[in-house]
Amino acid sequence: MKKQFKLAGIAAAAMMTASTAMAAGTLVYCSEGSPEGFDAALYTSGTTFDASSKAIYSRLTEFETGTTNIIPGLAESWSVSDDGLEYTFNLRPGVKFHSTEYFTPSRDMNADDVIFTFERQGNEANPYNQVSGGTWEYYNGMSMPSLIKEIVKVDDMTVKFVLNRPEAPMVSNLAMDFASVVSKEYADAMLAAGTPENVNQQPIGTGPFQFVGYQKDAVVRYAANPSFFRGKADVDNLIFAITPDAAVRYQKLKAGECHVMPYPNPADVDAMRADADINLTEQEGLNVGYLAYNSMVAPFDKPEVRKALNMAINKQAIIDVVFQGAGKIAKNPIPPTIWSYNDAIVDDPYDPVKSKEMLAAAGVSDLSMKIWAMPVQRPYNPNARRMAELIQEDFGKVGVQAEVVSYEWGEYLSRSKDKDRDGAVLLGWTGDNGDPDNFLAVLLGCDGVGGSNRAQWCNDEFQALIVEAKQESDPAKRTALYEQAQVVFKEQAPWATIAHSIVHMPLRNEVKGYKIDPLGGHIFYGVSVE
Amino acid sequence: MLSFLLRRLLTFVPTFFGVTVVSFLFIRLLPGDPILLLAGERGVGEERYAELIKQFGFDQPIWKQYLDYLWGVMQGDLGNSFVTKKPVVTEFFALFPATLELSICAIILAIVVGIPAGVIAAVNRGKFFDQALMTGALIGYSMPIFWWALLLIIVFSSGLGWTPVSGRISFLYFFDEATGFMLIDSLLSGQKGAFASAVSHLILPTIVLATIPLAVIARQTRSAMLEVLGEDYVRTAKAKGLSPLRVNGQHALRNALIPVVTVIGLLVGTLLAGAILTETIFSWPGIGKWMVDSIFRRDYQVVQGGLLLIASIIMIVNLTVDLLYGWINPKIRKG
Repeated sequence: MKKQFKLAGIAAAAMMTASTAMAAGTLVYCSEGSPEGFDAALYTSGTTFDASSKAIYSRLTEFETGTTNIIPGLAESWSVSDDGLEYTFNLRPGVKFHSTEYFTPSRDMNADDVIFTFERQGNEANPYNQVSGGTWEYYNGMSMPSLIKEIVKVDDMTVKFVLNRPEAPMVSNLAMDFASVVSKEYADAMLAAGTPENVNQQPIGTGPFQFVGYQKDAVVRYAANPSFFRGKADVDNLIFAITPDAAVRYQKLKAGECHVMPYPNPADVDAMRADADINLTEQEGLNVGYLAYNSMVAPFDKPEVRKALNMAINKQAIIDVVFQGAGKIAKNPIPPTIWSYNDAIVDDPYDPVKSKEMLAAAGVSDLSMKIWAMPVQRPYNPNARRMAELIQEDFGKVGVQAEVVSYEWGEYLSRSKDKDRDGAVLLGWTGDNGDPDNFLAVLLGCDGVGGSNRAQWCNDEFQALIVEAKQESDPAKRTALYEQAQVVFKEQAPWATIAHSIVHMPLRNEVKGYKIDPLGGHIFYGVSVE
Repeated sequence: MLSFLLRRLLTFVPTFFGVTVVSFLFIRLLPGDPILLLAGERGVGEERYAELIKQFGFDQPIWKQYLDYLWGVMQGDLGNSFVTKKPVVTEFFALFPATLELSICAIILAIVVGIPAGVIAAVNRGKFFDQALMTGALIGYSMPIFWWALLLIIVFSSGLGWTPVSGRISFLYFFDEATGFMLIDSLLSGQKGAFASAVSHLILPTIVLATIPLAVIARQTRSAMLEVLGEDYVRTAKAKGLSPLRVNGQHALRNALIPVVTVIGLLVGTLLAGAILTETIFSWPGIGKWMVDSIFRRDYQVVQGGLLLIASIIMIVNLTVDLLYGWINPKIRKG
């Protein structure tokens, strides 16, 4: 019996040592979900991008970590023709693809890889177009098929994108995850071996970390890429410990089983702030949550009615109750972290008395309407039902009877696009590429009516400004145009802009150099563990 | 015996086809379009939507889709996940050992603790131990799994540091998974401390998953024992002067176990339901979480394939049990 106790004691001691120790030079990130695969162009979720494009791949242009500024990536430099139709990229020489147990590249990255990266997404004849059920949602979603006329190999280290129309955000688009450059040599080898799906399952990139292994729904392992063109990462190993529950992620962080965790529960934020071992960093998210009126249906076709309703909404109460403080009142349709944000604009004040007067002046009485509440949680709206109820109460105070309705998410997205939709819709948007066009044109442009423009709002003045801005390559002129577009938006009030979320990122104190990505990614190059 | 086996196998076939129909229709009856869900706020244009509908075969009439699916099933092809693009069969068998390992550990714990506890409670009927055990069993049965798991994590992992918070093994260990069973693979790996780490990671999820079955088994054992303890033959055994251990263990428990074994068989369903929550909380990479995620994403192929595989496994287990019963008890075989 004594011997049994002794053995049990030794086993228990071994367990505790193994469970609490973390290898030196290893960064453990408690990720919120499983990656769908490792070829970023096939997918659309941020969780997949963190595990694939952010760690493993590089792109022609990159977002400077912690900002939405564009910096050179695999392209050392680029030039744009005067008509804005030709973008010529000079590739960085000597960039190595990962050398792993399953593939050893024989050459450096060159123009063939860049052309293959886009061709497989846009050309149905490419043998990789249908591999892994490719639907290339982002490539299509960013209108690349209609935008790109051709991609020309000028020489081994120079690539020219010829466009069908001028598109100033093109350089930002090429920094997006779907534009991650993949190895043509590897893809050809896998095709010849009859295993093309390996490009998605055992990725080869040029990024800061190379893939080591993935145990489904449990852990993804990476090692630092010794030949990374910006220099080897500060940590030798990167581990994604997949931990879907936020409360459990927090316990793992406290127990030292991981160094960084995303998406804490709002209710845990105060405790994290008070914890001496945890460094709670925060930044405004690149998103906006809004209530879109249907401007095609009376009386919401009148700007003064929309404006009056906006003045009935107590946004501060929403920030306090729905966001539990982790949000900021939105006055513009783009978040403050994006360039061209017009801070000079004054938000409509919360003034129920004035609101009531304005409604009466507009001839609106006994108005009843629907407020659509999303059935899902999003960073820009953590509790749409609650938000809708608060707005319902606010509208009630100015004599507007509101009914809260909801649908299954797919139905919600589909029905809210209808031009004759009954009611105002709660929805939001998280930016893809840090360009104002990605908010203003997608969500409020005339092309989006009946689609992503849930306000069904098409204003000639606004449209002219954003079209001009999209074709203009001078950043200062673009800024002025977008600032003016925001003025028009505020006057016309197709939405009630509600909030931008605040992103919290708890780190253990030993983590240094982590910067919150305003685009919502989680980037571990440049991060060290002391 | 052969005709019994054939009879049983004949009922297996229609049941299997029934399951293919139910699993195929179940996910399609839920509202929600997988393409719209995949596109999210970004949306998808009408032309592109039509292309995707065609690509995924959703433009075909439902009976045609079903027949295509059935044809695939006959050939062992359950299709590819809509989301990960990988074969459903591959994903299932990569994850199933984790669920099985956890479930086996949980049922062993529930039996090893539940039966003796039930016996002791019955023997000490009305005394403190009996009252305490029955109260504990009631609490265990009614406790929300989510809350219970978090409580254990907060106390034993974050507070006392005795057990790891979640996962199947420490990240220090990395080896090929030959069997998918972490306890076996960690032993085979030969890495020092790997097995102990795998055991330590199993402790809390096993306790959580075993809690409800343990409570049920303890209560069932107690009531079965009480019934048997009142039987004449037990009184006779006592009158003959046999030791309490022999009376309770040899004469009473053996007869009381029959209903308990039936209950244990029925607990397999409870275990699988509990595994879904337990796996989510402890980041345990099993089929429970995989299925739930797939339902939310309307990943048709995974839901219908996963349901079919789970149902098939349960059917095979039932068939085996039936055959065993028939072998043990000729009355069943002939009936």
